[in-house]
Amino acid sequence: MPGTYIPSEYLPVLIFIIIATAFGLGALVIGTVFRPKKPYPDKLMPYESGVTPIGEPRYRFSIRFYVIAMLFVVFDVEAVFIYPWAVVFDKIGIYAFIEMVIFIGILLIGYIYAWKKEAFQWD
Amino acid sequence: MIPELFFAYFAFAIVLFSIIVITRKNPVHSVLWMLLLFFHIAGLYLFLNAEFMAVMQVIVYAGGILVLFLFVVMLVSLKEEIKVARFIGAWPTGFTFAVALFIVILMSLRSFVAGPQGKYTIDLIKSESNIKVLGKLLYTDFLFPFEIASLILLVAMVGAIVLAKKRFKG
Amino acid sequence: MNFQFPDIGPVIPELIMTAIALIVLLADLLIKKKEVLALFSIAGIAAVAYTLIGSSGVTFGGMFISDGYSTFFKLIFFVNVILSVLISIKYIVIEKVNFGEYYALILFSTTGMMIMASAADLIVLYLGLELMALSTYVLAGFIRHDIKSNEAALKYFLLGAFSTAFLLYGISMIYGLTGTTNIKAIALYISEKGLTGNLSLLLSVILFTVAFGFKIAAAPFHMWAPDVYEGAPTSITAFMSVGPKAAGFAVLGRVFMVAFVSVKVDWVAILIPISILTMGVGNIVALSQTNIKRMLAYSSIAHAGYALLGIICANNEGLASMMNYLMIYAFMNIGAFAVITMLRSEGFRGEDITDYEGLAKTHPLSAALMLIFMFSLTGIPPTAGFIGKLYIFMSAINAGYTWLVVIAVIFSAISAYFYLRIVMYMYMKEPKEVVTLTKSPSTGIALGVAAVAVLVIGIFPSFLVDLARAAIKGF
Repeated sequence: MPGTYIPSEYLPVLIFIIIATAFGLGALVIGTVFRPKKPYPDKLMPYESGVTPIGEPRYRFSIRFYVIAMLFVVFDVEAVFIYPWAVVFDKIGIYAFIEMVIFIGILLIGYIYAWKKEAFQWD
Repeated sequence: MIPELFFAYFAFAIVLFSIIVITRKNPVHSVLWMLLLFFHIAGLYLFLNAEFMAVMQVIVYAGGILVLFLFVVMLVSLKEEIKVARFIGAWPTGFTFAVALFIVILMSLRSFVAGPQGKYTIDLIKSESNIKVLGKLLYTDFLFPFEIASLILLVAMVGAIVLAKKRFKG
Repeated sequence: MNFQFPDIGPVIPELIMTAIALIVLLADLLIKKKEVLALFSIAGIAAVAYTLIGSSGVTFGGMFISDGYSTFFKLIFFVNVILSVLISIKYIVIEKVNFGEYYALILFSTTGMMIMASAADLIVLYLGLELMALSTYVLAGFIRHDIKSNEAALKYFLLGAFSTAFLLYGISMIYGLTGTTNIKAIALYISEKGLTGNLSLLLSVILFTVAFGFKIAAAPFHMWAPDVYEGAPTSITAFMSVGPKAAGFAVLGRVFMVAFVSVKVDWVAILIPISILTMGVGNIVALSQTNIKRMLAYSSIAHAGYALLGIICANNEGLASMMNYLMIYAFMNIGAFAVITMLRSEGFRGEDITDYEGLAKTHPLSAALMLIFMFSLTGIPPTAGFIGKLYIFMSAINAGYTWLVVIAVIFSAISAYFYLRIVMYMYMKEPKEVVTLTKSPSTGIALGVAAVAVLVIGIFPSFLVDLARAAIKGF
């Protein structure tokens, strides 16, 4: 049921978040209060090592990024599944091993497929 | 009282951020608001005694899927995206249906009676640690769904390559 | 902790199917001739069909069940996948998408359907559905250079994801109410605790109806079907107008007849208007279609409406007629799509119904086959379509829905107009231009099998009907 459990061990995390937010916002607020405000066009320009920026900052990304990101997500999720497995491996024993071999085996086939299709190569 | 307050905060924040995400004109802003949304969902998991889910929410969603979303947003032409009208012409109809659905759900939820508690009580999970309990369940009782998940991941991978990778041979 | 490894006997067909799909995926990297992969897939599916015989049982702690009901549905999926692969071999060459992943994805999708048919747990059901749907989304967009195919994939994906969300809401609601996701345990809990009048339970039933209604393309959740069926590669349209639909009916039957059996009155009351609307929308909108794939999309919607009558009966007889109907639908619909793929040739789409004008003069055999399939889809004896409708209407009358059958018959009569219009174009008009048919042995085999099945079932229906009745025993 929602509203019956307090994860009290995570109180430090909450305090950390509060302090981090306070620091970030505080620095900005104090900055706006004390700094002199003299804006001119050059100041608003994006900083590109002193060179005048050329072209649009937002250009269309290559679709390759998408493939890479997708593969990353798939293997990310795979890694997530391995973590609880490692924790209980000694409790379940050999069956857990077989289960994970099948799981990784299936994704390994995907890995070989992706490799052979040159999905990891840039072009 | 304190847990209820936290739940109320997370529930309210999640709904609010969801609305913000779908109403931003700039898709990049949407994605960034979504990051905040994911963190709040993780917080909600934490208060539901699902620590592992909370951590995975941050690692997989905030870390992986959000990056994927950003890449996809970068694939579309942002300038045009910002110019086009946000809503389709029939949005009043959609809105009416959504409100009607909301009322129906609200009405039916009043008769909701929670089912029996399983054997994994808060105390048991505390004594064994969340991840151990989850691991035991996932790799014994839920072994079959776990293996299907690997197939789904494989299809996602093949699908991405089929649809987006430049073909070299053939 | 002693953990007994579950009995894998009942899942052997699924395991072999997965293995075949994985082998095809890997073999694609080495084999240049993709036809080999197609033939290997078909041989593999035949082997899987053979292993179905000894696979009955329950395993994985009651999550997976292999019984007559699931086995019959798996046979439908095999008919579907074999015929679809046969008509694909030549077609995907013409569409310039002759890639091995095509066959691997079709096999993965079929694995998902098999898991759905055997799911005795809502989590397994959901995962099977996702496996099926994800593969089908990719297949719908397989022709990457065709903008219509892209549109089909995107629409199917977005609306499919939306409908899956409804399924998940339904599952979470039922889990909250009963504390279990096992379909049998849900039924037990509902009847024990007397949750029958509970509004949350009803809401959950409605959410399930929406999700499954989307998969079977029942009105008003059918909006995606025409665009997706039109845009997807024709062979995939054939595949997904039968497979995912049958899988949707399989889970609809199991969830509603087992888990929600004690709220039968409620879901029958929901399904009756859906069924009428589905038959109405499908048959009436099909009248105005000029693209044959769109027309068959609406026809497929209409057929979902007829098959829903079997579920509405809410008894074993009704389910048996529904299964029977879906098996017949697999043969006649893929047969019709096989003819459509033949009209597609280099630089000619052949999707307009006027392309069929005078086909009987130029290609009498193909026209005759199309005639058989159109007659069968209309439900004219002695074709299988007639038998399917006959049994489903009979079960509905036995269950006391005579008025519903009258409506269905009226819509059936309306459907004759657009099916027989194709026949009329083929036989009574002069050919406008010479249509060259893309013939291939594999398409020929698929057409032959489908046509023979349609006629044989039409003339000797007792075998299939008995099989369906035997399959439903002990459900």
